[in-house]
Amino acid sequence: MKKIFQRPESLQNVVTHYCAGCGHGIIHRLVAEVIDELKVREKVIGIAPVGCAVLAYDYWNFDVTEAAHGRCPAVATGMKRVHPENIIFTYQGDGDLAAIGTAEIVHAANRSENITVIFVNNGVYGMTGGQMAPTTLIGQKTSTSALGRDVVRDGYPLKISEMLSVLDGVKYIERRAVYSPTEVIKAKKAIRKAFENQINGVGFSMVEILAMCPTYTKRSLKASIDWIKEYASKYFPLGVIKG
Amino acid sequence: MNRKLQLMTGNEAIGEAAVCAGCKLYAGYPITPQNELTAYMSKRMTEEGRAFIQSESELAAISMVFGASVTGERSMTSSSSPGISLKQEGISYLAGCRLPSVIINIMRGGPGLGNIAPSQADYFQATRGGGHGDYRVIVLGPASVQEAFDLTVDSFNLADKYRMPAMVLADGLLGQMMEPVSVTRYPLPKAKKSWALTGAKNRKPNVIKSLFLRPGALEEYNIELQKTYDEIKKKEVRFEALYCDDAEIIIVAYGTTSRIARAAVKNLRKKKKRVGLLRPITLWPFPEEAIAKYAKKTKGFLVAEQSMGQMVEDVKLAVAGSAKVRLYGRPGGGIPTDEEIEKEVLRLKI
Repeated sequence: MKKIFQRPESLQNVVTHYCAGCGHGIIHRLVAEVIDELKVREKVIGIAPVGCAVLAYDYWNFDVTEAAHGRCPAVATGMKRVHPENIIFTYQGDGDLAAIGTAEIVHAANRSENITVIFVNNGVYGMTGGQMAPTTLIGQKTSTSALGRDVVRDGYPLKISEMLSVLDGVKYIERRAVYSPTEVIKAKKAIRKAFENQINGVGFSMVEILAMCPTYTKRSLKASIDWIKEYASKYFPLGVIKG
Repeated sequence: MNRKLQLMTGNEAIGEAAVCAGCKLYAGYPITPQNELTAYMSKRMTEEGRAFIQSESELAAISMVFGASVTGERSMTSSSSPGISLKQEGISYLAGCRLPSVIINIMRGGPGLGNIAPSQADYFQATRGGGHGDYRVIVLGPASVQEAFDLTVDSFNLADKYRMPAMVLADGLLGQMMEPVSVTRYPLPKAKKSWALTGAKNRKPNVIKSLFLRPGALEEYNIELQKTYDEIKKKEVRFEALYCDDAEIIIVAYGTTSRIARAAVKNLRKKKKRVGLLRPITLWPFPEEAIAKYAKKTKGFLVAEQSMGQMVEDVKLAVAGSAKVRLYGRPGGGIPTDEEIEKEVLRLKI
């Protein structure tokens, strides 16, 4: 009998700490599947962020380290410059990449570091308990925007992918989601392209993924999915942004 | 090994030492008075086909060093006081992840933006770890351009040996003055670092991290780190003692101040005053046993430093009340003269 579906070799057979309905589990798996398919597991070094995905090194089955909050792209730069033969990727949340790590992502992108960035945008800080993120939508309630994000006080949700896309060093940015099987397939295709670009020496490539966080957006999974479909993907449109 | 004598600034000598020690990545950000080092590295690292990056910030520079180090390669960053404050985040992570790396601090006056004059006011920050958490950094304090070269090479070796960050703590004067240097190219280290992230080929994945959430795990980890620090305290203390055996007064000074103190000691000896100089070369680990030993024989110590009194606390801890300890501190970029130090020695009533 032919085996047509199995756990990727790049994913460990363990239970994760992620909440029910969280997008991270799906995205971890997509990264693992792509790494298997491209046959680069033995060359990959992943960089986990500070945030919910910090424990990713307990779930992936390849070399992984952690970086200080927001510094993944600088750590990736150091790795790739001394070991260009390795496949280096960062896996960052929206607080990590779009708030405290804005300088690092902008300059790694601008230098066109030949790395892959997986940017998970779920609209909140998850690990610390659901605070307002730079990507929290206008009016959205979080623990630190208790009455809803107010543009006068809090500014606007940050379109970091669009910002980065104007840089000459950026070779590929696509925004996807993982709320349905169709979207999951599209997200995987984008992740695959971002890794293929690195293998082919194309330069800085990033995939932003709109992800569900039912726990800290205080919604059911169904409502979280509807929120991404109806609101988040209106402000953060899905599709190829550059490349 | 091939040797040649070259006239170099301290900054250049440190850069060349890193090249000679097999440093594979240098990342730096402009700040005076260490700019010559970054400029030197932009040329030399490129010539050698190694990585040079002018980073977007000190935070990024130390993280780039982290990235190179985690793959097992030697790496270095440099800065001056305000920039070193920013690097403390990364230094804490390097210590927490047990990653060897070299950090150069060409100190300037503080606090805040301070000035660009030579200073030794970062002694506390350097010798106490500097960032958050329970950790130490090996700290070497050169007093000449040759020693800046030699101690930079040593700092790479010590960092690798103990899997931790090492710092060369010098000041703006040493960074910018020129002296002849014997440049020695050492055979590059061949030993593979089994812990390094190189891709999990024919082995289980390696993980480098500093997060330990299981109750008790971090306490155990800190105790392990401490064992390394204790071993370093036993094995790696370095100092120079000049005329200390019969001295009634011993001047304790490091780096630039120790050169001035040396002149003062020689002048005082000519005047038949029994004065010696104890120069810590490792600032952490501190030569506390040597000072404790001399404290039993000598009557007093004059601690001369370019700060309002930082190393003096370590001297007092070592002396533990068995001799007088007096401070001559010059903060904010002030540099003492040998006459001033002589006068201070004579004011130490014993």
